[in-house]
Amino acid sequence: MKFDTPATNNPIDQLKVVGQPLDRVEGPLKTTGQAPYAYEWQDVPGRMAYGYILGATIAKGRIAAIDTAAARRAPGVLAVVTHENAGPLGRGQFYVQRFLAAPEVDHYHQPIALIVAETFEGARDAAGLVRARYVEGRGAFDLAAQRDTAPVAQRAPFGGPPETAVGDFEGAFAAAPVTLDETYTTPDQAHAMMEPHATIAAWEGDRLTCRTSIQQMNWGLRDLSLALGIPKDRIRLISPYIGGGFGGKGTVQSDLVLAALGARAAGRPVKVAMQRPLMFNNTIHRPATIQRIRIGATRDGRITAIGHESWSGNLPGGRTEPTTLSTRFLYAGANRMTRVRLAVLDLAEGNAMRAPGEAPGLMALEIAMDEMAERLGLDPVAFRILNDTQVDPEKPERPFSTRPFVECLRVGAERFGWSRRSPRPGAVRDGAWLVGMGMAGAIRGAPISKAGARARLDARGIVTIETDMTDIGTGSYTIVAQTAAEMMGVPLERVVAKLGDSSFPETPGSGGQQGAPSVTAGVYAACTKLREAVAHRLGFNSADVTFADGEVRSGNRAVPLGQAAGAGDITVEDSMEYGDLSQRFAQQTFGAHFAEVGVDAYTGEVRVRRMLAVCAAGRILNPKTARSQVIGGMVMGIGAALTEEMTVDKRRGFFVNHDLAGYEVPVHADVPHLDAVFIDEVDPTMSPLKAKGVGELGLTGVAPAIANAIYNAIGVRVRDYPLTLDKYLEHLPALA
Amino acid sequence: MVRVSLRVNDEVRSVDLDTRTTLLDALREHLQLTGSKKGCDHGQCGACTVMVEGQRIYSCLTLAVMHEGNTVTTIEGLGRPGNLHPMQAAFVKHDGYQCGYCTPGQICASVAALDEIKAGVPSHVTADLMATPQVTADELRERMSGNICRCGAYSNIVDAIIEVARSPA
Ligand code: FES
Ligand code: FES
Repeated sequence: MKFDTPATNNPIDQLKVVGQPLDRVEGPLKTTGQAPYAYEWQDVPGRMAYGYILGATIAKGRIAAIDTAAARRAPGVLAVVTHENAGPLGRGQFYVQRFLAAPEVDHYHQPIALIVAETFEGARDAAGLVRARYVEGRGAFDLAAQRDTAPVAQRAPFGGPPETAVGDFEGAFAAAPVTLDETYTTPDQAHAMMEPHATIAAWEGDRLTCRTSIQQMNWGLRDLSLALGIPKDRIRLISPYIGGGFGGKGTVQSDLVLAALGARAAGRPVKVAMQRPLMFNNTIHRPATIQRIRIGATRDGRITAIGHESWSGNLPGGRTEPTTLSTRFLYAGANRMTRVRLAVLDLAEGNAMRAPGEAPGLMALEIAMDEMAERLGLDPVAFRILNDTQVDPEKPERPFSTRPFVECLRVGAERFGWSRRSPRPGAVRDGAWLVGMGMAGAIRGAPISKAGARARLDARGIVTIETDMTDIGTGSYTIVAQTAAEMMGVPLERVVAKLGDSSFPETPGSGGQQGAPSVTAGVYAACTKLREAVAHRLGFNSADVTFADGEVRSGNRAVPLGQAAGAGDITVEDSMEYGDLSQRFAQQTFGAHFAEVGVDAYTGEVRVRRMLAVCAAGRILNPKTARSQVIGGMVMGIGAALTEEMTVDKRRGFFVNHDLAGYEVPVHADVPHLDAVFIDEVDPTMSPLKAKGVGELGLTGVAPAIANAIYNAIGVRVRDYPLTLDKYLEHLPALA
Repeated sequence: MVRVSLRVNDEVRSVDLDTRTTLLDALREHLQLTGSKKGCDHGQCGACTVMVEGQRIYSCLTLAVMHEGNTVTTIEGLGRPGNLHPMQAAFVKHDGYQCGYCTPGQICASVAALDEIKAGVPSHVTADLMATPQVTADELRERMSGNICRCGAYSNIVDAIIEVARSPA
């Protein structure tokens, strides 16, 4: 099916099931521990063996010698995989990291061996017997040291152009009566999803089946095929339940490759879960950035010049952190520039983490906007409203498909009680607490891609949907089932959604917040075809058929849906493809975040007291699960603002705090009640569902809203995330 | 190897174990009770929370052989699909989870935390150590802080626990 003109009325608009705040269909499985995650499958034929990954203890250099003799002799050891016996290994297309040091070591904790044994304890013990001798090389680990030398990044897929220019930025900035030129830094951050990367790999002859935990089945298939040098059609990946990903499980990581190699070497199925302390230096992360923002405005607050330059680092060939993305779209201004520079660093790979580019980009831009508003003597909400734009600021002939950004700001200010904020920092005291309010705008692209689904109707009237889409906690199962239920006129209980299997029709999976709009459009296409097939079987004229209450109706005839499959199941498959609507319209999601913090006037301790998000993301397919994604983003934003940082040891070249005790993500006590609401809108340029994704929008703008609230509380501007108290403690207002 | 007997979810289970096997791995790898999750294996996340002799513990931080004869309750012992424990049902209703990986640990910890409050055990945020602790959002946030949810379902989890605590038993 092709979607190339804006959607008009269709069966989804009935909103009997779609748009309802329904409980997750897989809830009873998850809450009772019955949902099987990658490491937990019991149905794998053959006797399971256990793999344990050994990581390099240098950051850069090569393995001069690796002695595995003692490990191989240890009780229960079945195989030891190293570069000496693994055979040639390729790399994936999206991540540049190599899955095994072979023998060059590219970064700390790059795998140097997989030990396979009868038991987990045996494999772990034997790993301690492997002796590696390294020749250390010189590595680069300090982004700031390359600020003057890092070149402009090459153009690459994803993340937009590395340089943009409209009008005369330098001239307009120099001429502007009110200006800001400040530099902000964001640290290396970890996805730190709760389920470690894990795989059970099993070979049957030259066919490989892996129960694993990855977000994008199609990329996984492609990248595992490249890594192992075997054709895609000999591989099957199964990931029906994924314990969080946030981009960190986008495609193949070393657990998957090593499990496959280990299973081949041992001649048995092998399960591997990457040990938590390896995850931070072994897998990908969100790289640190340095960002310079310049804004010039007229005295009455209209932006005339906006410039955003950014630096990040990566392994050779790696991608940038495209922080300038949002700056290209969020505010008006005739003269604009962005530039992204990329340094080579010998740390673990930097790559996609929830709202790549946009999240750290807004961490800088939205503090800058707060600072600029103050310089102009404007309220931060009013300053943003003043600089709204309804057209793509780089291409004024291109409108936004929908852009209720001002509405998000207004509704948020109203609900949050923004008018009670004191514009003077450090002015509000509540006992020992200095209290402040802050806000920030939010924007996140709304991509959508070709996605397929298979739909089957059986004689009981059950509709089964199969698609390789994944559910990483986002609610995919539920919205897939809702879409099918609406299309086929059946209650949710009559739909079975099967996800996360590479043998099912292809989707873009979970990434870039395009999963929900893409897969539901694919299900729409498949169900449209199923409706036609049903009408045909029943001898109905498909033009005037309705599907409702479990029946198919035409004229004065009505038959139970299942009857159409009386002579055998009806199975159809289709996908949704797109025309040029995404070129004709700028498709983005918008939001506004508000935060109130208390800062202890004596100790500097910060507590987030209240938070509100107002989001606009087209039709909200399920307000319950969509709200959960947004509040989840808010929690991650609290971490980004206050605690999350992988600290680089610039001498040895690794992230020091590489476990969940050292890398501090928010816990219950850090998080107050969170409020998230949606603007009522549909976006007919997206798909027949008129929906956009929301999972990444919920994170963008959260951290700067908190940073701005801290400034409002204490009057100290911190431009270096996270805002730990050592950065402002000595500047706290004097105690009365 | 040593033979260990545990009373798990009201059933005596005997199994030969490596003495290095944690209680968590005994449950997951030897008793096929994979509801208890391994998030870190180092006592840093709470995904492995189970109840031993009625008290919640991180099952990754204790060896199975140390629990000979003990009573262990896991998520599988609280309820099943179709017959959910009230806390499990409240998590579903309030969407107190997303990916679900921290969820069994959160639910076991919730059930145990309410028992602790009922038993009068104070916490860091209990203002008056002589008074009976109350079920408040702050008490729950403090008591649940050993269970990380990276999906960030905290606000909904607290709503779920409060609903269970306030509903007539
Ligand atoms: S697995 Fe036990 S605390 Fe993380
Ligand atoms: S539901 Fe995913 S970590 Fe809590």
